[in-house]
Amino acid sequence: MREIEFRDAVREAMSEEMRRDTRVMLLGEEVAQYNGAYKVSRGMLDEFGPRRVIDTPISESGFAGMAIGAAMLGLRPIVEFMSWSFSLVAADPILNNAPKMLYMSGGQYGCPVVFRGNDGAGGQLGSTHSWAVEGLYSNVPGLKMVIPSNPADAKGLMKTAIRDDDPVFFLESERLLSLKGEVPEAEYLIPFGQARIARTGRDCTIVSFGRPVLFCLEAADALAREGIDCEVLDMRTIRPLDAAAIVRSVRRTGACVVVDQSWSFGSPGSEVAALVHRECFDDLDNHVHRVHSADVPAPYAYDLEQEYLPNTRRICEAVRACLYKA
Amino acid sequence: MASAPPASVDATSGAGDCATAQPPRPNVPRNEVPFETARGWLREMMLIREFELRCMQAYQDKKIGGFCHVYIGQEAVAVGCVAAAEQRDPIVTAYRDHGHALARGMDPRFCMAEMFGRIGGCAKGKGGSMHMFDRANNLFGGHGIVGAQIPLGVGLAFGTKYEDEVINGGKSSRVTLAFLGDGALNQGSVHEAMNLAGLFDLPVIIICENNGYSMGTSIVRGTTMGHDISAKAAAYGMEGIAIDGMDVLETYWAMRDVVERVRSTSRPVFVDMRCYRYKGHSMSDPRKYRTREEEEAYERDDPIGRLKAHLDSRGLTEDDFKSIQREVRATVRAAVEWSDQSPVPPMSDLYRDVYLERWGPYTGSSAPEMLGGGENEPSFKAIRPVEGEGELL
Repeated sequence: MREIEFRDAVREAMSEEMRRDTRVMLLGEEVAQYNGAYKVSRGMLDEFGPRRVIDTPISESGFAGMAIGAAMLGLRPIVEFMSWSFSLVAADPILNNAPKMLYMSGGQYGCPVVFRGNDGAGGQLGSTHSWAVEGLYSNVPGLKMVIPSNPADAKGLMKTAIRDDDPVFFLESERLLSLKGEVPEAEYLIPFGQARIARTGRDCTIVSFGRPVLFCLEAADALAREGIDCEVLDMRTIRPLDAAAIVRSVRRTGACVVVDQSWSFGSPGSEVAALVHRECFDDLDNHVHRVHSADVPAPYAYDLEQEYLPNTRRICEAVRACLYKA
Repeated sequence: MASAPPASVDATSGAGDCATAQPPRPNVPRNEVPFETARGWLREMMLIREFELRCMQAYQDKKIGGFCHVYIGQEAVAVGCVAAAEQRDPIVTAYRDHGHALARGMDPRFCMAEMFGRIGGCAKGKGGSMHMFDRANNLFGGHGIVGAQIPLGVGLAFGTKYEDEVINGGKSSRVTLAFLGDGALNQGSVHEAMNLAGLFDLPVIIICENNGYSMGTSIVRGTTMGHDISAKAAAYGMEGIAIDGMDVLETYWAMRDVVERVRSTSRPVFVDMRCYRYKGHSMSDPRKYRTREEEEAYERDDPIGRLKAHLDSRGLTEDDFKSIQREVRATVRAAVEWSDQSPVPPMSDLYRDVYLERWGPYTGSSAPEMLGGGENEPSFKAIRPVEGEGELL
């Protein structure tokens, strides 16, 4: 099968959906003439023209709100945040308007908009540009949250996101954009709420989201050399969460480690831990162990930042501790 | 073009000074509005006022909870603006929204029942006073966060233009009316949205209902160029004008002109709509930041009184006026009675309309529940023009 980069997979998904449906358009900073700050939208202006691939000024609150208004009317905008870190200045439209419109209008107005952009630390960008927003934003009902870990998932999930009638927060990673992977040429969609078993194993279930799934796979390889057989679940979406997949796996392994690049306090990781403790209480041989980004602002220095992340070493330590092999 | 600021600006002048400085009245052909049309506007304005008075009463009776902002004094703005636009033109507004909803044609029963938190409400009791939505009448909501509705309004204008031109290959034909209060003028999102509207040539009229007070802060205490806010429009490459929003005939004629211009040019316009709210910002406001003399001066210049005087000169009889009065009282009384009778929403509605598709809300109670079920049938289906799905992996 052909291999393409993560950014190409996202672009293919957007372009295919724009060919399929004229209600879909892309807007954001530098998406058109500049070909995308991270080249995700490269070539799209040439194909679709400036009416459908739209450069905006640096006004996240303004253009996110504009996209929501257009979505209420029935368009299906894709909004690129150059970084999810910049979405914080658009918190009101993306958290107060998009996910609540359907509910507070009594079901009259939906909001089929996709917000997408880079999420997570790892590029030495310092504290303000290194947000992993899944901790903050997954708290809000009414939105869906997608966090792919590889090109094939990114494409299939993006197509589903664009066709979805609810607001979708699509979390990419700048660290993954150049990652190559096999992506089918034929059209396919990946449904939300369906985790992927990235690796099967019998000793411990590792539940993760997005880029840290790759760290989990590295850790699983290292642990295999110690005779520890890990199952790695790539959740793909945080809302909806494939709780059943987690429960099925943990009931089999009897141990669970959650790896989540957001901060630990009130996070997807803590939610999964609560879920597993409730649903698999009698199956567990130890409490759920959790690996998050360190509970500090993201540091700049390379070594500090690597230690800050839920890295392979910290995952290995957590699995060993969970299995009483520390 | 934006009117030039006066030679001297007294930024220290007291509360209400700016609001009392009404713009010069344009020379409009008042008698060209057919008598029956003007009589209809009088009825609508009286309906809104009666409705709001009954809201205040219902709030005192604790039938309405939360925040409630009444429109008394500003009736001419909603009625005149709605009359100047077409029904297919989208409207979006802030939280002082009952007047816009009624002027746009919402059944007063649905509006009142919404505030009573009943299933008969326009949003089934999920929204409340600040969130009047009426899809059938192209009302895209009352919105609660100050200024947040202006990016939405700009987006509605983006959407109509995109539908008309990109999807249908025609010419932009709809105009969005986006209302805000003068307090919202200092929100960043409003300025971002105005920049986008100017930049993208969007057919939106940003109507600032300038009642002189941002809650308790007079406009000069919180806003630069408070004596002439339409000047701000120039910075966004759009026309800014002032309209006397205390006079429905002048509002109508001036807005009709603006609507026609925006429809034909697809260029945004900013309107400084001079008006006054007689009551407090919300129900808990004792209005200590302004004088009773100021309030009385405006009440003498009442928009309903002005229109009645105009209609009197055209032969409105006292009997006819009284019959309108009786009719609106009966209509609003009936809305209150209907709302009292309307059931409270079923508890199952707590979990309805969170998501459109099959995913139910996350109740955290058990694993399968998180994956949703058939109980959450959406009330509204988003527009999906293209049939056929790709393969599911």
